[in-house]
Amino acid sequence: MNPLELAGAEPGPAFTVTLDGREIEALPGRTVAAALWAEGVTSWRTTRDSGRPRGVFCGIGVCFDCLVTVNDRPNQRACLVPLEPGDAIRTQDGTGHDTGRGQEGTGHDD
Amino acid sequence: MTDGRHHLAVIGAGPAGLAASLAAAARGIRVTLIDAGVTAGGQFYRRPAPGLRARRPGALHHRWRTWERLEEGLARHLEAGTVEHLTDHHVWLVEGAVAGGDSGTAPAFAVHALLGPLQERSVVVRADAVLLATGGYEKVLPFPGWTLPGVVTAGGAQAMLKGGLVVPGRTAVVAGTGPLLLPVATGLAAAGADVAALVESADPRAFARRAAALAAQPGKIAEGAGYAARLLCHRVPFLSHHTVVEAHGDERLDAVTVAALDADGRVRAGTERRIPCDTLAVGHGMIPHTDLAGALGCRTDGLRVDVDDEQRTDVPGVWAAGETTGVGGSALALAEGHIAGWSIAARLSGTAPDPRATTRAIRSRTRLRAFSGALDTVYAPPAHWTDQVTDDTVVCRCEEVTAGPIREAVADLGAGDVRTVKLLTRAGMGWCQGRMCEPAVVGLAGCEPTPARRLLARPVPLGVLARAGEEPDD
Repeated sequence: MNPLELAGAEPGPAFTVTLDGREIEALPGRTVAAALWAEGVTSWRTTRDSGRPRGVFCGIGVCFDCLVTVNDRPNQRACLVPLEPGDAIRTQDGTGHDTGRGQEGTGHDD
Repeated sequence: MTDGRHHLAVIGAGPAGLAASLAAAARGIRVTLIDAGVTAGGQFYRRPAPGLRARRPGALHHRWRTWERLEEGLARHLEAGTVEHLTDHHVWLVEGAVAGGDSGTAPAFAVHALLGPLQERSVVVRADAVLLATGGYEKVLPFPGWTLPGVVTAGGAQAMLKGGLVVPGRTAVVAGTGPLLLPVATGLAAAGADVAALVESADPRAFARRAAALAAQPGKIAEGAGYAARLLCHRVPFLSHHTVVEAHGDERLDAVTVAALDADGRVRAGTERRIPCDTLAVGHGMIPHTDLAGALGCRTDGLRVDVDDEQRTDVPGVWAAGETTGVGGSALALAEGHIAGWSIAARLSGTAPDPRATTRAIRSRTRLRAFSGALDTVYAPPAHWTDQVTDDTVVCRCEEVTAGPIREAVADLGAGDVRTVKLLTRAGMGWCQGRMCEPAVVGLAGCEPTPARRLLARPVPLGVLARAGEEPDD
């Protein structure tokens, strides 16, 4: 059984959001993190020093490991932010402040 | 805005905050319940997001009937206007003794919150008294590989499951120590994950030594037995007195190595075995969330907010209940919240509360505190957990500080406390402000844990701080 069946979920129709330009389907109510997990994506950020991949860790907004860029706003906690139709999620390098729209960041600028 | 009734601000809508709100409101207090969640319930009664329209929200919970009673009580008070519930309000500071608090009539406290997921707009709630029911967060001790995607906290896995109805992978290992691991393992299994092992570092003999104190709570024993039965039913292997030694993977987790512990809490050489998995849910207990209490100047005892028999802190007008006053679970939080609400109602009216009015809650608080005290001694991380932390293991996840420099700060540079280690290494200086790495730094540095002093309970945009002191926009 999957979790949606277990809880008897009857969500409204899925809507489309993008992850680095790729269209993915999201269920209403899910956070960025939950939608990405449902797509099998577990990392969406690289650290600013060693460039290591990170995703959800604490799941409740305490640890800041799941930071992501949503609609051009960097450093959003994916586990807290609910998705809206048409949202553009972008994976985030380094501090996120160095990644301009559509540009690759160096991962080392502040 | 005021109708002559005393006004209480309750921060946190988990079991403690809800019980306090209902008890105070029933006794004529006007309550504003302020919470970061979009629905009440806190972490324990976290429900699927409303948009997922779950017909069986209780499927991932136990004691759902208790929750339904709380929810019904809240609904009645919301309808009667005796409780106001501010959702998606993220409190970052409580100011005491503002706006003429000494006069006895003017509101004494200002609760500052940020609104919504973007957390930029601010709101100030003024109240005569404050109840801190801010809960706790999970403690996770580091080991090689713990930063790999696929490694999540046990509570994090549960929060994503309860709130988002999603599991992170197909095959999970649940590991660490503490009573939370049981519902996490059973929850993941019920939701379709293959739970390859539940790895608990506690020594079964420790349970036997505490049998008397534990048996005094037959309900809790039955709860534990219920989980054990469900684990059996899902064929989840239970490895007690074992620990995770390392998480493996390149870009994400693909296996963990677990090993047995000896009587001293050291890994027994030659017992290592590798378990393939794509998810590791790991936790080593809970830490009380005391940031708001710290900024108010409330006295602490160890890591928890110190309260008297009425759940009063040593700061007049500030009460605290639930995990912030010592981690002990939802039933204890309910009892403490009820007692706090009863005390607040009486004290705000200038009378002493009548203990006969809340005998049951007081009795269950006594029993449950004894029980959680016994559990604490049983569920302790392996005594020699730092042996497994290699010098190149990341300890501070935000600042990517490894154990090597932390050990060097202590051994070569003379650091004797967490603050000095932080200044020398940047451990604890990142986004989470040490919430994730502090127990590890304390352990590696060999110093005593002390409650963290954080001026602000969450990140606040500079514009909000710049406007602080101006008239609030509520």
